Amino acid sequence: MSDSKNYILGVYDDEDVLLKAVGKIRGAGIKIDEVYSPFPVHGLDEELGYKRSRLPIAAFMFGALGTTLALVMQIWMLGVDWPMIIGGKNHVALPDFVPVTFELTVLLAAFGMVGTFFVSSDLKPWKKPNLLDIRITDDKHIMAIDLSKNGAMAEDVISSTLKDSGAVEVNNKQVEE
Amino acid sequence: MQVTSTVRKPLVTGGKTVHDVTEDICRHVESKPNKLWGMAFGISVITLLIGSIAVVATVWNGIGMWGLNKTVGWAWDITNFVWWVGIGHAGTLISAVLLLFRQKWRMAINRASEAMTIFAVICAAQFPILHMGRPWLGAYWALPLPNTFGSLWVNFNSPLLWDVFAISTYFSVSLVFWYIGLVPDFASIRDRAKGIRKMIYGALSLGWNGAAKTWSRYESVSLVLAGLATPLVLSVHTIVSFDFATSVIPGWHTTIFPPYFVAGAIFSGFAMVLTLMIVTREVFKLHDYITMEHIELMNIVIIVTGSIVGIAYITEFFVAWYSGVPAEQYAFFNRMQGPYWWAYWSMMTCNVISPQLFWFKKIRTNIAATFIISIIVNIGMWFERFVIIVTSLHRDFLPSSWAMFYPTVYDAGVYLFTFGLFFTCFFLFAKFFPVINMAEVKSIIKSSSEKTAE
Repeated sequence: MSDSKNYILGVYDDEDVLLKAVGKIRGAGIKIDEVYSPFPVHGLDEELGYKRSRLPIAAFMFGALGTTLALVMQIWMLGVDWPMIIGGKNHVALPDFVPVTFELTVLLAAFGMVGTFFVSSDLKPWKKPNLLDIRITDDKHIMAIDLSKNGAMAEDVISSTLKDSGAVEVNNKQVEE
Repeated sequence: MQVTSTVRKPLVTGGKTVHDVTEDICRHVESKPNKLWGMAFGISVITLLIGSIAVVATVWNGIGMWGLNKTVGWAWDITNFVWWVGIGHAGTLISAVLLLFRQKWRMAINRASEAMTIFAVICAAQFPILHMGRPWLGAYWALPLPNTFGSLWVNFNSPLLWDVFAISTYFSVSLVFWYIGLVPDFASIRDRAKGIRKMIYGALSLGWNGAAKTWSRYESVSLVLAGLATPLVLSVHTIVSFDFATSVIPGWHTTIFPPYFVAGAIFSGFAMVLTLMIVTREVFKLHDYITMEHIELMNIVIIVTGSIVGIAYITEFFVAWYSGVPAEQYAFFNRMQGPYWWAYWSMMTCNVISPQLFWFKKIRTNIAATFIISIIVNIGMWFERFVIIVTSLHRDFLPSSWAMFYPTVYDAGVYLFTFGLFFTCFFLFAKFFPVINMAEVKSIIKSSSEKTAE
């Protein structure tokens, strides 16, 4: 069974108009599926009601893992497995372990967070981008409204609300799933 | 809501629209390379090939090909290593530290400077690897792997090992930071391309579709990466300076080294960014994106870091005298007046005096002057490392082992090799990658661009 989605796309060319439009449209009770932009628009995620990303927490967890692994590795290698006296220092000379611990913390935090970002945003080399409008990566902001999620709302009401909010174009688009 | 500043000069001139940004940057990726690029790339590849002869000779015969002797066991190799690592500091500093400080002028220059960072670190890495003599063994002996020879594990008390971790972490985190920024721009190129190019840029752009949710995550990733990269940048040259500072050689054994090295690294890094950006700007006609304002701001960073470096030189001298340690006093006296006096005074002239010229607005807003001084600064920074390394070593503790260092043609050849490598990589980058971060520049078009009369 081929499932198709009907979208109404509001095309905006100004980020400030877009920001205000999101508030107006959500205020009118219309559900926005997603907004696509060529560049990050500050405050758009809040206007759309998205929660703050938890990726910094992931970074912290991976960082803590890095710290632990680095310390365990160094203490075990030089303190337990093959203790040697180097420069008259203790086997476990903690101040000497600070640089490597720091570097591995940063390394794991960075890679772990970016990996999590790729997985959570489903970014991968073989993925088809599914663009609703080719101008998204150029200069237009596209607001996608899924008609099936706004069942009670008439299509022309949505269209006129989009136009009133400052959309330069309103298009219909069917996407085969 | 964005506020247009009346105080700050516009960062994008020429009344560019968001669409113009896509056009202007993608054009260079899409068009056939021009003759100027072809010549520059050709020269780089030839340099790389000539330099390769020296590298092969060094690996084949051993590091006896270099001018090192028993007294001066570190010379051009480590000088070049520290020099390249230093140059590699500006990119991540620009993209991370300036992001945290919300300096919007970073946006036009961060892409190319991050690329420069990555290539400079690759060049730097050649020297310790070649200096190992048998790099095919050294490459994994430096890693904490289980093995069956000698002392079983690597020595985590050694600053040289800290360097292995610092440089490789710095390289890989910078690479990730750079790539994350490239993803939306690759998507822009993908959506204009056809055929095989569409496939390649499509794969590189990871299916990016510009969704607000993804942008929101992207922004927090950038912020946290900047937060992680900031101490990382500072740590890398700190740890490089530990290679010297934790030893007991007069002239090296000083606590001032970490901040002094970091300031020097930023100083030389910005100089190299200026050298490259002035050329890129001319070749690709990017005058509207890399404006005089950008160049002036970078020159101001050069005055600040150059002055820190100058103060560090003077402080070192004062402390050497004030310490009352004869060996320390002699090391510094010898730098100034010994057989390497010319290297010392080249360093002082290039690093302390030349950046002070940027106090004059006429000079810091002059392209030719900026270009020349940026090169002088990097010559000076090379001499700084040479002075620190060679003059401290060549007068050993026993006068009977005093020696001079004379570089051989192979020392020069290996250095040449890294130049070839660096510029080959940079020109390939300039041709096939968007040299300016389009997505970021688009986000400031409304607030910071010069408005045309409407």
